[in-house]
Amino acid sequence: MSLECGVFHTRYESDMGLRPRPAQRIRLAAFAVFVLVFPFLAGPYWLDLANQIAIATVGAIGLNILVGYTGQISLGQGAFMAIGAYSAGLLTLNLGLPWGVSIALACVITAVAGSFFGLPSLRLKGLYLAIATLAAQEIVEWAMTHWTAVTGGTEAIVVPAPRLFGVRLNSTFAFYWFGVAMAAGTALFAANLFRTRMGRAFVAVRDQDIAASVIGVNLFRTKLMAFATSSFFVGLAGAMIAYYRTIITWERFTLDTSIVYLAMIIVGGLGSIRGSFFGAALITLLPALIANAGRALQDTAPVVAGLLPYAQQAVFGVVIILFLIFEPKGLSKLWGNVKDYFHVWPFAYRRG
Amino acid sequence: MDIFLQLTVSGLSTGMIYALAAAGFVVIYKASDVINFTQGDLLLLGTYLIFFAIGQIGLPWSLGVLVTVLLAVAVALAIERLVLRPLIGEPIISMIMVTIGLSSILRGLVNAIWGPAPRSFDSFLPEGSVVVGPAVLSTGRLLSIPIALAVLAALGLFFRHTRDGIAMRAIADDQQAALSMGISIPRVFGVAWALAAASAAIGGIMLAGVVGVSPNVASIGLRVFPVVILGGLDSIKGAVIGGAIIGLLEAYTGGYVGHGLNLVVPYGVLILVLMVRPYGLFGKEIIERV
Repeated sequence: MSLECGVFHTRYESDMGLRPRPAQRIRLAAFAVFVLVFPFLAGPYWLDLANQIAIATVGAIGLNILVGYTGQISLGQGAFMAIGAYSAGLLTLNLGLPWGVSIALACVITAVAGSFFGLPSLRLKGLYLAIATLAAQEIVEWAMTHWTAVTGGTEAIVVPAPRLFGVRLNSTFAFYWFGVAMAAGTALFAANLFRTRMGRAFVAVRDQDIAASVIGVNLFRTKLMAFATSSFFVGLAGAMIAYYRTIITWERFTLDTSIVYLAMIIVGGLGSIRGSFFGAALITLLPALIANAGRALQDTAPVVAGLLPYAQQAVFGVVIILFLIFEPKGLSKLWGNVKDYFHVWPFAYRRG
Repeated sequence: MDIFLQLTVSGLSTGMIYALAAAGFVVIYKASDVINFTQGDLLLLGTYLIFFAIGQIGLPWSLGVLVTVLLAVAVALAIERLVLRPLIGEPIISMIMVTIGLSSILRGLVNAIWGPAPRSFDSFLPEGSVVVGPAVLSTGRLLSIPIALAVLAALGLFFRHTRDGIAMRAIADDQQAALSMGISIPRVFGVAWALAAASAAIGGIMLAGVVGVSPNVASIGLRVFPVVILGGLDSIKGAVIGGAIIGLLEAYTGGYVGHGLNLVVPYGVLILVLMVRPYGLFGKEIIERV
């Protein structure tokens, strides 16, 4: 963990803690209270958005492990989510496995598939890898729509609703708890991952792969592990979508999906877990907010309201570009600035 | 045999449109190392601008083509100046995402201005068809092949004989050395984007004549990747030959095999090339391996 001005650890436990400072714990507790109270205050519309954010957070953390922390650019997020969703659904439909087992197996299957698609990363770097994953995305997309015997082609697959203790889990309220648990678990895992040898190796590969291999990081193993770990969570996000919507269609897992997730981690902050959450929230809320604005303008300015669906696409692009130009480290850095301002307030303090 | 001939012509004409888009991609990559995801949207812009110039304003076709190319170049110069210049030297992921963002903006704007429905106008390419033995070939498609080849040849000559073209090659070769010889990098990047936009706009104009005007055109942008990887990321010649090969492959698999396999074959080729010969047929043999 980074050293901070004005913080003096006197015990090993506090030095090693994930959130050693009281202010951090208070913020976390406040956020936890908000998360616990939110579903009782919000209507189904906002709950649905919250569920989408929870799923997107899992997926964005997964992608961030690969892109933000290991520096391997992937345009195949949509394909991996598809593998997770389809295997979760098909395992239950064809083999009659309970949904929990299907989801767990789907994650493992996606992890294996992810390491397979990660194989080119051992030879290819940067933009060549990006193009290779783009091809993987297109090939999986084609398989989804044309391999009719397995995926049902362009027709949707209907998955039985998941049940836990007799409660249907795909209602917005019930799924909220499942989604939050999964997102929190993923975040906790990722936060700890980068304190381990493997996680540090990921970061070393990102920063300087040759130097990393010189100090004894096995590039082959590390990159494959990065692809596998990342895909595991991406598959989880896909499986969650399958069981939340109880319907699987290929349109949810196109190249556009990959781009949306990349936008999340760019806007949120590459190599940041809280950034993944911020980005997931912003990119999920943005279209919803624009749609709301459209409804509000329907009566006063119908021409503007009619243009808004297209403006949505343009605004998405504008947001990405503005962040890249003005704050390449994303929302996570902006939030960090706010915290740093108050860290040893009233004294000025700027971290690195 | 007549089917074969027809597939060959349609494959080649599609391939040449790919080649035009790919050439623009190559020019930008050569000059500034940016992989440009907006290439498909520049094509899209070209098809809608020609529709606007000829179908909506009613300009004669020669003037319409000129206006289209100039407008596309203006858009590209604005993109280069406003968005890409502040990002010179940023990591690859930023470059990829910034062009993806641009692509999203361009697509949103085109949809907002012209609507999502396909449009049609009187084609400026001659109607009718030529009968060669048993095969009936559309004149528009046949004609688009020499047009594209002429444009691509002009690009090649530009690189060989003009000051800006040589400056661009110098920058591609060694940016620092080029700088110290007094070559203005921003100017060269601007020229690269202008050329890419012009070449994509001509591709778009031909698409408008051959296929029609609709938002789906943008999806062709992704076909650029198999083409440039096969041909070599930094070779115009590679773009032409890669475009022809990918176009023909698509036409033949679509015609003889079916099952939508033509949609995925180019990407299969892409993976294969990356595994075996990542710099492509004509690319420079420097690829960083780990």
